[in-house]
Amino acid sequence: MDLSAFPNAIAMSAKEFMEWSTNVMDDIVRATGVKRALDKTMDPLLNWGVRNSMYPLHFGIACCALEMAACSGPRFDNERLGLVFRSSPRQCDVLLVNGWVTVKLRPALRRLYEEMPEPKWVIAMGECAISGGPWYDSYNVVQGVDTFIPVDIYIPGCPPRPEALIDGFLKLHQKIKKSKIGTFMDD
Amino acid sequence: MAEMWINMGPQHPMTHGLWNLRIKVDGETITDAEPVIGYLHRGWEKMVEDRRYPQIIPMADRLCYGSSFTWSHVYCMAAEDLMGVEVPERAKWIRAMSDELQRIGNHLMWLAAIGPDLGNLTIFLYAIREREAFLDLFQSLCGARMTYNYCRIGGVRNAAPPNWERDVLRTLDYFEKRLDEYEDLVDRNKVFRMRMEDLAPLPAKEAINLGFTGPTLRASGVKYDIRHNDPYEIYDQVDWHMCTADEGDTYARYRVRMDEMRMSVQIVRDILKKMPKDGPIRVKPPRTAPAGTGFARMEDPRGESLIYIASDGTDKPFRVKVRSPLFVILSGAKVLLKGYKVADVPSIMGMVDVCMGETDR
Repeated sequence: MDLSAFPNAIAMSAKEFMEWSTNVMDDIVRATGVKRALDKTMDPLLNWGVRNSMYPLHFGIACCALEMAACSGPRFDNERLGLVFRSSPRQCDVLLVNGWVTVKLRPALRRLYEEMPEPKWVIAMGECAISGGPWYDSYNVVQGVDTFIPVDIYIPGCPPRPEALIDGFLKLHQKIKKSKIGTFMDD
Repeated sequence: MAEMWINMGPQHPMTHGLWNLRIKVDGETITDAEPVIGYLHRGWEKMVEDRRYPQIIPMADRLCYGSSFTWSHVYCMAAEDLMGVEVPERAKWIRAMSDELQRIGNHLMWLAAIGPDLGNLTIFLYAIREREAFLDLFQSLCGARMTYNYCRIGGVRNAAPPNWERDVLRTLDYFEKRLDEYEDLVDRNKVFRMRMEDLAPLPAKEAINLGFTGPTLRASGVKYDIRHNDPYEIYDQVDWHMCTADEGDTYARYRVRMDEMRMSVQIVRDILKKMPKDGPIRVKPPRTAPAGTGFARMEDPRGESLIYIASDGTDKPFRVKVRSPLFVILSGAKVLLKGYKVADVPSIMGMVDVCMGETDR
């Protein structure tokens, strides 16, 4: 659709108009340097907000779920890091897989992951979630979560201590800090 | 009104584990319920047939992560029964003491779990805080917070560390004071009581017919506790009594568990007084078991746990059967829930202290 010569807005459908106007706006924003200015301010701001309010999904699978509960208790108090466990996947951006994933659970976990809004991260907590752990020869345990969902952080241990869980979340902090989450447009 | 099925789970804050409670509702009233389990099934019984006897102990720890010591304990007792190993006297006392500390820790986890369900987040924070004190005791005893790998076939792994008695008594003194606070916080809380009293009363006859054990059965007024009816280790030498309640409703189940925590404190104190201070803690078990069967049962925090081992004379078991208390209790979900409202589900199912690791195995 070449509209450079004589753009007739009446002849365009709503979708076409959106596409055309976005392209024009993009060119202007890029050419004038507004994009660079916006990226410079918005990226650190949004990044700071996202990494300091990570909401993991309150989804207890097995042993590590008790350490997750202990981590939200008074001694380890993960709310000081902005970690609040929410029960609905729609409100969460971190999926904490804390336990072995069986064949029956796998579709449910995949669906939970897909229900979470972007941007989202996955933490595999404990040996079972990383590689099957003690159930390495089981006929019903999936040997690692990363066989069906992408995993960002691995926390080894059986089960890991709450300190290790907090350390895993701090590693995720660093990972988010490096990523360009708040850029205005895709390059 | 149209009836429909509602799925509560597998991801639901009420479940405290990984299972799916399907309930059939007529408006707000539950007319049918069906627990769907198997989300944590990992083939434990089949897998241990490929492990040597001592290798099964850490796997038994992971059967129920809430009370891992009791499960490795019941496995070790079954293996000792199979191999004919006599446990030294001192190890018996250490095992019983660890059992009771584990019972307190497990009941605290249960208290922490039901608190937010019934609209009381404070009790979650308090119970988790006190649980940490007991986890610290276990950490000084065997180095791990949750999965201990402490029990051995023929004894326990190591003796108690120095100052162990002082630490335990200090924790128990602290905990007893806190327990009074909880009872003030919960028992005098009108909202909490309204959501528990006269809810799902289960007559003694029906509880026995359903095969319930543990606090859920004792809340119905049945005097049945394996520590009393079939005393293992040293429970016949300790000064204690069984905690029961007569009403059989949800509040009675709550009361029995709270009383059991108090009783466990008394048992641990008594054990520390009567325990032999020195002596062997472990005997060497044979590497291969003779052909035959071994069997042990004990009072888990949730009910009667049982392990049955059949051996064919090699160093690996031929068959291991686990009897899980929760597997039986969950099958009674329909009886417990029928006729009550959807809002009563967390308090009714929370009071049986669900642990799916042992149920699905």
